[in-house]
Amino acid sequence: MWYHKPVINEDMLQSLPNLKIVASSGVGIDHLDLNLLSSYGVKASNTPFVVSTDTADLGMALMLASSRRLVEGYQMAVSCDTEYFPADWLGTEVSGATLGIVGMGTIGYKVAERAKGFEMKILYHNRNRRNKEEESAVGAIYCKKIDDLLQQSDFVLLSVNLTPETHKLIGKRELELMKPTATLINISRGLVVDQDALVEALQNKVIKAAALDVTYPEPLPRDHPLLKLKNVIITPHIGSATKKTRRLMMENMTESIQAGLTGLPIPNEVL
Amino acid sequence: MSKKVQAIYLWWHKSVIDQELLQSLPNLKVIANSGVGMDHLDLKLVASFGVKVANAPCDVSGSTADTEVALLLASARRLVEGYHVAISSGMEYCEADFLGVEVTGATLRINGMGSIGYKIALRAKAFEMNILYHNRTWRKEQEEQAVGATYCKKIDSLLQKANFVMVVVSLTPLTDELIGKREMELMKPAATLINISGGTIQNCPATALQTGVIRAAALEVTYPEPLPRLPSLLITLLKLENIIITPHLSIKTGKATYMITEEAAENILAALNGLPIPSEVLPS
Repeated sequence: MWYHKPVINEDMLQSLPNLKIVASSGVGIDHLDLNLLSSYGVKASNTPFVVSTDTADLGMALMLASSRRLVEGYQMAVSCDTEYFPADWLGTEVSGATLGIVGMGTIGYKVAERAKGFEMKILYHNRNRRNKEEESAVGAIYCKKIDDLLQQSDFVLLSVNLTPETHKLIGKRELELMKPTATLINISRGLVVDQDALVEALQNKVIKAAALDVTYPEPLPRDHPLLKLKNVIITPHIGSATKKTRRLMMENMTESIQAGLTGLPIPNEVL
Repeated sequence: MSKKVQAIYLWWHKSVIDQELLQSLPNLKVIANSGVGMDHLDLKLVASFGVKVANAPCDVSGSTADTEVALLLASARRLVEGYHVAISSGMEYCEADFLGVEVTGATLRINGMGSIGYKIALRAKAFEMNILYHNRTWRKEQEEQAVGATYCKKIDSLLQKANFVMVVVSLTPLTDELIGKREMELMKPAATLINISGGTIQNCPATALQTGVIRAAALEVTYPEPLPRLPSLLITLLKLENIIITPHLSIKTGKATYMITEEAAENILAALNGLPIPSEVLPS
C-alpha cells in the first residue's frame, strides 16, 4: 500500500479471500481500519523508524524556509519584473527563537536534536514526559498543558500520530493562544489541524504563517484558500521522500510481506 | 545639497562610490558600509579624497548560517519545486518518484571556516553530517572536535567525497572564481553546490546544472544583484528547476538589519566627532 492507496474497505476485503497482509508505507496508520482487517484475518504492517530522520529534516527545512521567506525570496530573485531587492523586505530569526514541539515521539525528538544546533529554546508537549537525560540532551522543557507551549512559542511544530484524541488538536482556540508572530509547521497529518480555522487565522493575522507538508485532503482542491495565501508554504507530503529512505521503506515492506506469506512473525506488525 | 553631505550609509552597494560622486561631495567625511564585505569599494580612491571608511562586522553570523542551512535543506529536499507542485492548478497527485536527497548523515564540505562557516558546522553537526573544511588556516583541535570537522589542506581534495559543497569565504582577488568549471567537474554528479559568498566566486553554474555535472545549486549572492533580466539568462539560469536563487537573505531579518545599522551609526557619529572609528577599514 503506497500513500494510502488502494483504499481498504469491506468490498475490497470481500473480493480478496486469500489476502494475508497489508504492508503500508510510512509510519502513519490512521487510514487503516485495523479492526476491520483483523475481522478478515488480514495482518497489517508499517515502516515506523526509517522515515524519522528525513521527516525531521523536512520539518526543519519548512521552519527555516518559512521564517526566512525563502519561497517568496526565490520568486523575487527570478521574476522578470524584479529591478531591485527592497531594503525593508525582511524575515525573522530562527537562531535563539522558541520552538514548541507537539508530539515528542521519535520524529519530534529528532527535530529537537536539530533545533538545538540553532540554539533554539525547546518546549514540548507529549502524552508522557520524556526522562531527564533525554530532556537535558536537547535542552527541552516539558509543558504539561499545551496552552503554555502555544503561548510561548515562536514556532509550533506538530509531530503527533493522528488518533481520535489528536483529531483537530489545533483549532480556533489553540490558534488564538499562539503569538501573532508565530508560525505553525505541520509534518504529522492534515486532520490534526482544523483547516478552516487555520485559513481564517492566517487571513486575519491571528498567526503569522504556516508551513504544511500535510493537508486534508491531499492534494487540496485547486481552489482552496490555503493555496493562495502568501504566508503559507505547502509541500506535497514529501517527509520521507529521499531515495535512500524510500528504498529502506520498500525493503521493510517486502520483509513484512514475505513474513506474512510464510506465516512467520511479521516485522513492524501493527496490532 | 551636496555640500551638506558629510556621511554616507552605504546600503548594499548603493550608491556606487566613484570618482564623480566623491568629487561632488567636498565635505564627505565617512562612508559607513552595511555588512562586512568591502569588495565593492575602491578603498585607495576613497582614501585619496581624505574620506574614512568603516564596515559593520557585527555578529550576524548566526543569521547567515541559518540562511545557508535553509538553502541546503531546501535544495536537498526540492522544497521550492515541491511547493510549485503542491499549488499548481494541474495537480492531481504527487508523483511517487518526486525524490530528494538525504541531509542527515551526508558529507558537507565547507570552503571557508570563519565565524559563519563555523556556525554552519555547528548546525550541520546537529543533522549528524560528516564535515570537511578548507580554510586559509587550521582551526584549533578543540574547535574541530566540537563540530567533528576534518581539515582539507588542498582546495580540490575531498571535493569528490562531498554530497554538499558550501562556499563561505570573503570575496578577494584570491577567492574570485573559487568554484569554477574545473571544481564543479570534480564534484560528484549527485552533489549540491551552495554559494553564499561574493557573486563572482561562482562561474555561472548553468551549464553544469543543465548537463548534470552537479545535481543542484543554491545561490544566495549573485553578481550583479539582482541578476539582469537578459533573455539568455532568463532562459537558462533563472528557469532551471534544480537551482534556487535567493535575494541575499542572510542579513534580511529585523534583528540583523538593526544590528548592522546601529553599528554603522556608531561609526558615522565617531567620524563626524573626530573620534576613533570603531570598525574603520584601511586600504591594504
